[in-house]
Amino acid sequence: MNRRESLKALGLGTLSVAAFLESCKPGGQKLAEDSNSKAENSDYNETRQPKEIDRDKKLSQEKFFDDHEMATITVLGDIIIPKDDHSGSASDAKVPDFIQFIVSDMPEHQTPMRGGLRWLDLKCLNRYGKSFVDCSNNQQIAMVTDIAYPLKAKPGMEPGVSFFNLMRNLTATGFFTSKIGIQDIGYMGNTPGKWTGVPPDVLKQYGMENV
Amino acid sequence: MNDVQIKKSAAPYDAIIVGSGAGGGMAGYVLAHAGLKVLMLEAGPYFDPKQSSSQLRWPYESPRRGAGTHSRNFGDFDGAFGGWELDGEPYTTKDKTEFYWFRSRMMGGRTNHWGRISLRFGPDDFKGHHIDGLTDDWPISYDDVKPFYDKVDRMIGIYGTVENIPSEPDGIFLPPPKPRLNELFIMKGAAKAGVKVVPGRGSVLTEALPGNKDRGACFFCGQCGRSCKVYGDFSSSSALVIPALNTGNLKLISNAMVREVLTDKNGQATGVSFINKDDMQEYQVSGKMVILGASAGESARLLLNSKSPAHPNGLANSSGVVGKYLHDSTGSSAGGWLPQLLDRKRYNEDGVGSIHIYGPWMNGNKKLPFPRGYHIEFGGGMGMPEYGFGWGIEGMNGKVPGRDGKLKDPGGFGAELKNDYRRFYGVGFGMAGRGVAIARADNYCEIDPNVVDKFGIPVLRFHYKWANDEIQQAKHMQDTFQSIMHEMGAIYDPAEGPETNYGLEAPGRIIHEVGTVRMGDDPKTSALNKYSQAHDCNNLFVVDASPFVQQGDKNATWTILALSMRTSEYILSQRKKLNV
Repeated sequence: MNRRESLKALGLGTLSVAAFLESCKPGGQKLAEDSNSKAENSDYNETRQPKEIDRDKKLSQEKFFDDHEMATITVLGDIIIPKDDHSGSASDAKVPDFIQFIVSDMPEHQTPMRGGLRWLDLKCLNRYGKSFVDCSNNQQIAMVTDIAYPLKAKPGMEPGVSFFNLMRNLTATGFFTSKIGIQDIGYMGNTPGKWTGVPPDVLKQYGMENV
Repeated sequence: MNDVQIKKSAAPYDAIIVGSGAGGGMAGYVLAHAGLKVLMLEAGPYFDPKQSSSQLRWPYESPRRGAGTHSRNFGDFDGAFGGWELDGEPYTTKDKTEFYWFRSRMMGGRTNHWGRISLRFGPDDFKGHHIDGLTDDWPISYDDVKPFYDKVDRMIGIYGTVENIPSEPDGIFLPPPKPRLNELFIMKGAAKAGVKVVPGRGSVLTEALPGNKDRGACFFCGQCGRSCKVYGDFSSSSALVIPALNTGNLKLISNAMVREVLTDKNGQATGVSFINKDDMQEYQVSGKMVILGASAGESARLLLNSKSPAHPNGLANSSGVVGKYLHDSTGSSAGGWLPQLLDRKRYNEDGVGSIHIYGPWMNGNKKLPFPRGYHIEFGGGMGMPEYGFGWGIEGMNGKVPGRDGKLKDPGGFGAELKNDYRRFYGVGFGMAGRGVAIARADNYCEIDPNVVDKFGIPVLRFHYKWANDEIQQAKHMQDTFQSIMHEMGAIYDPAEGPETNYGLEAPGRIIHEVGTVRMGDDPKTSALNKYSQAHDCNNLFVVDASPFVQQGDKNATWTILALSMRTSEYILSQRKKLNV
């Protein structure tokens, strides 16, 4: 079976086969477009075992964080990844929902997250007399600045630094694995194509023509 | 269950095969195509990648963004039903030693998700005793196996290049995928460090497989680990079992957990007993011969659990070697990132889901503080973001000047941080050594006298320790990685040190376990003859990695396939003589 027949077997229509063959021309990186819409409509569960489906259902109902914690996660997430010229914010990409799910899936994140959120609120209460979400934007940024730079953080800030590292990691992972984030980062794969090697202009850019 | 009944089927099959992975699948394929009536028993469900692969799914389709779970260890989209632990099917270890056992319970077994890295054993891998006296020779040589490697290459398809390296015999190759950009940096760095790197060898159809209308050519999504909907890579399910089923000569019973190989009073195999996981009933089926392809662990377990007056020590175990000489490849790895690639241009470089380049062992048997050697697998580039993406930016973004030319404080937040994720995308790479572990009688699995699984079947207990040989090899890997990464101009962490055995993975972790039912010419020191036929029971064969006498640094699958084909052809040629 050749590649054209492979794609038919995959269920891609004639149109995408044409788009795919177009993409095989030298220098062309245009890729079959309807593979995206196919993925969106697909049923994630159809390839999973019953015990996995049951577990995911249970996890999605768990809701480890309460409303206040979720509100704090949402504000922090958007401070870490705000909307800019290229793409939306963490909350636009539903990162808080992802974090809510992942701490149920990976319980090792629960205590560091819950404890870190509480640490943050207590710090804000001491400094500003308010919980983190009720602080002004300037106060929130000042607080975050104190824990966002591990090498610059002052003594006593270490728990906040650890928490913020985790929060930053979870936010970035949640954002860049979302549809918005994948588009933002510019990942161009996960679609049928033909790999013919590094494009010539890129080879030239790095002096790799003869490697 | 009040009444345990055993349901017996009268009509004997020509052959009963236990397991549907590379070994069982190949035996089923050859025998069914030759017209034998074959029954295949698989402990997991039916699995056809065409229907059940999660290929081309996006990370956001998974609520955990593709992260691994207890029942999907290598990620939410991985093509393995199973893992390091199976509910209700424990295994144990002895004397505080360590062993990790990965089991896939599904048609096709672990070949649905494997790395497709397909390396032939070389002449010295079969006959290594002369090198240092540390290992026993196989009863067969490379020349005995070469015709079968050739046939497997043609039948299943493999990419690679002819390199004329004696220890890495060439095959019949499809064109290899070109290196990715990061891999070009690796090749350049490795060349400066004096480490040879060549195009990879993998069972992926980079071009249509000549003469095969059932399998599609690769379309370069890089997701072989999920199993392939167009059968563009080798899985036993798609490339062997389904074609065998299509002959009409193979019957598959899925969810059938085999308990025991049955023998008569003369010690000949008569069939097997199994529990059907769907109805939890006990069954017995009879066959003129029994072929085990259940994996190095499970085949040994089955033999040891098949005790009878004729085989008091377990079936095919008058020598007492069954379970012994268990060995898994060594593994140690490193990774880093290339500051030269910050802000790199975007394009699709998914490539294939196997290795694009690798470093064969070129130091021969040079005097080093450890015997034998290892190969290196490389990779890197602009992969699909999944759980873990962006993790640890606070350890990266302070190490190189920003676009403004100034160093900044690592970590951060906001628009500038968001930009850093974009800058750093696709700069990472990794390398992993896979090496020879010496087969030793005191690394073994045996039946745990005290523990049964949920089916009442006694379980395996492992005893495995690395020796200084393997630890020193891992040290050499780490030193080599450091010199390659240095020459690449990469940013990377210091080498793993003695506190981690130089990053040496625990036994079992590389999932290349072999050697538990070894072959040999002497029935006193081996369980099988050179055709993988039991010395003690001539209608019993073992076709997985159990018969391996001594592994090379090469991954086991291609050799399992070649040996299973060889045994199957032997069976066909001997049927009259065997009276089966």
